[in-house]
Amino acid sequence: MALAALRKYWPFYVMLLPGVLFYLIFRYFPMYGMVIAFKDFSMMDGILHSPWANPWYKHFETFYQSPYFGELLRNTLLISLYKLVWGTIPPILLALLLNECRIRWLRSIVQTLTYMPHFLSWVIIFGILIALFSQNGGIVNRWIVEAGGSSYPFLTSTHTFRSVLVGSEVWQNLGWGAIIYLAAIAGIDPTLYEAARVDGASRLRMIWHITIPGIRSVIVLLFILKLGHLLDAGFDQIYILYNIQVYPVADILDTWVYRTGLQQLNFSLASAVGLFKSLIGMVLVLFANNVAKRWGEGIW
Amino acid sequence: MVKGLEDRLFNALVYAVLVFCALLAIFPILYVISVSITPFGEVLRNGGFILIPRDVTLTAYKTLLTQSNLPQAFKVTVLITVVGTAINLVLTGLMAYPLSRKNLPGRRLVLLMIVFTLIFSGGLIPTYLIVKSVGLIDSIWAMILPNAIWSFNVLIMKSFFEGLPEELFESARIDGAKEFRILFQIVTPLSIPVIMTIGLFYLVGHWNEFFQAIFYVTDRTLFPLQVIVREILMQSQQPLENADNITPTQTLQMASVMIASLPVLVVYPFIQKYFTKGMLLGSIKG
Repeated sequence: MALAALRKYWPFYVMLLPGVLFYLIFRYFPMYGMVIAFKDFSMMDGILHSPWANPWYKHFETFYQSPYFGELLRNTLLISLYKLVWGTIPPILLALLLNECRIRWLRSIVQTLTYMPHFLSWVIIFGILIALFSQNGGIVNRWIVEAGGSSYPFLTSTHTFRSVLVGSEVWQNLGWGAIIYLAAIAGIDPTLYEAARVDGASRLRMIWHITIPGIRSVIVLLFILKLGHLLDAGFDQIYILYNIQVYPVADILDTWVYRTGLQQLNFSLASAVGLFKSLIGMVLVLFANNVAKRWGEGIW
Repeated sequence: MVKGLEDRLFNALVYAVLVFCALLAIFPILYVISVSITPFGEVLRNGGFILIPRDVTLTAYKTLLTQSNLPQAFKVTVLITVVGTAINLVLTGLMAYPLSRKNLPGRRLVLLMIVFTLIFSGGLIPTYLIVKSVGLIDSIWAMILPNAIWSFNVLIMKSFFEGLPEELFESARIDGAKEFRILFQIVTPLSIPVIMTIGLFYLVGHWNEFFQAIFYVTDRTLFPLQVIVREILMQSQQPLENADNITPTQTLQMASVMIASLPVLVVYPFIQKYFTKGMLLGSIKG
């Protein structure tokens, strides 16, 4: 039976082979490699031969009892939540406005320009932030000084750094985030608007009573799915933008794992924290998908 | 009559906010460009705000192109972008095509294997150890192979292939075409839109390559553009005296930002529609 399948379908299996190898080597071996969270890993002995930690939960306990635990968890969740709260409404508003735009060329220019930041890397955005907000040379600070104030270190102050994170993320994704809502708006039955127009409804009322209800399920769905990624506060962005002065408010699980593992070479402890994050992350995603599915349409 | 006025006011408000959004998106980039080409003395004289400089100087660019690692990094980035995208597309296509054949035994298992990586991952440290143990550390391949396939892209491509008419495959098979030939000579030409879309996402991903270099590469000659630009950005500001004669740090920094983003900015308007399409494909089927 299996042999017959193999004979019939072998070209397909040959095609699958490189991809399957990729997944085994770069995705599944690392999952096995997570056992070092329960070992006292040393480079000499490798993953296999390093001795088991005693007790097995040693590294988890170390992390749990360290002062980092609370701080990292708080920073991760707070930054995620701020991004979720501040990042949800603006793209929806932009989509509603684009939908109301009656001048076609204006609409397409606005779309092109607002989608663009999505393709800039965080390094580039870091450069932009320096040009705008750095303490000496940033244009905002020069304005402040000119107006008689004193310059402020927006990028290195614990008071403003989270706002910088949230603001730059909202800026980057304002337009791109609107695409999906625009598609949802395009799916609304046009006869609803016709009927409302006949009844003499104003455009504001149509937005409120037709457009927003029409995309409500998409809004809720995306919100739930984003909740599933609560532990991903944005490693790429934070690693590139942060600095030692703002660690107390910006250090998240991922950045700490990177520094502890790859810079201080404390592989087992870092893996334990990574495993902790992966597991809770998985539970959150599954839970979110489940809720989303019940809401109407799951992602799988 | 009142209605018309109300409508016009409403329109004016909509357009005003839209124009504001567009300016919000483009202004920071224009400002970066202007800083990178303005003699610093002029910037200072104008209280720091210049959008269209009177004098233009390309000194910062010349300095970077002759006295920094940027040209080398540029070459590295172009190399990983070209080679990487080619490998991405071949591997993604080879994986997506068999998975689009609904009757293939074992199909569900492979799909499960792909989807599971979307919700669970081994994390940074174990992945680093694997990359190290297969000997990729400090090679160009460390920035290409560990992310050679993006699961979402396989799923997008698979669902595109599933949408192709079944008769196409049957008639080709009756004509005696082998599966590889069907994939490369029949399926591929019909799939140009999805290949473009996915290829562009991979392409931008490689162009913005930063983290795999940070994780797996210590050899400075292999650093891609973004890593070098960040190093330049991390240099602290120099004092602002004597601004007419030197090229100040910030001008250099912004010139490096422009060198790294210019290709994306120039090409982007022409290929934007493919991205938009891809975004929708991904959100519906992903």
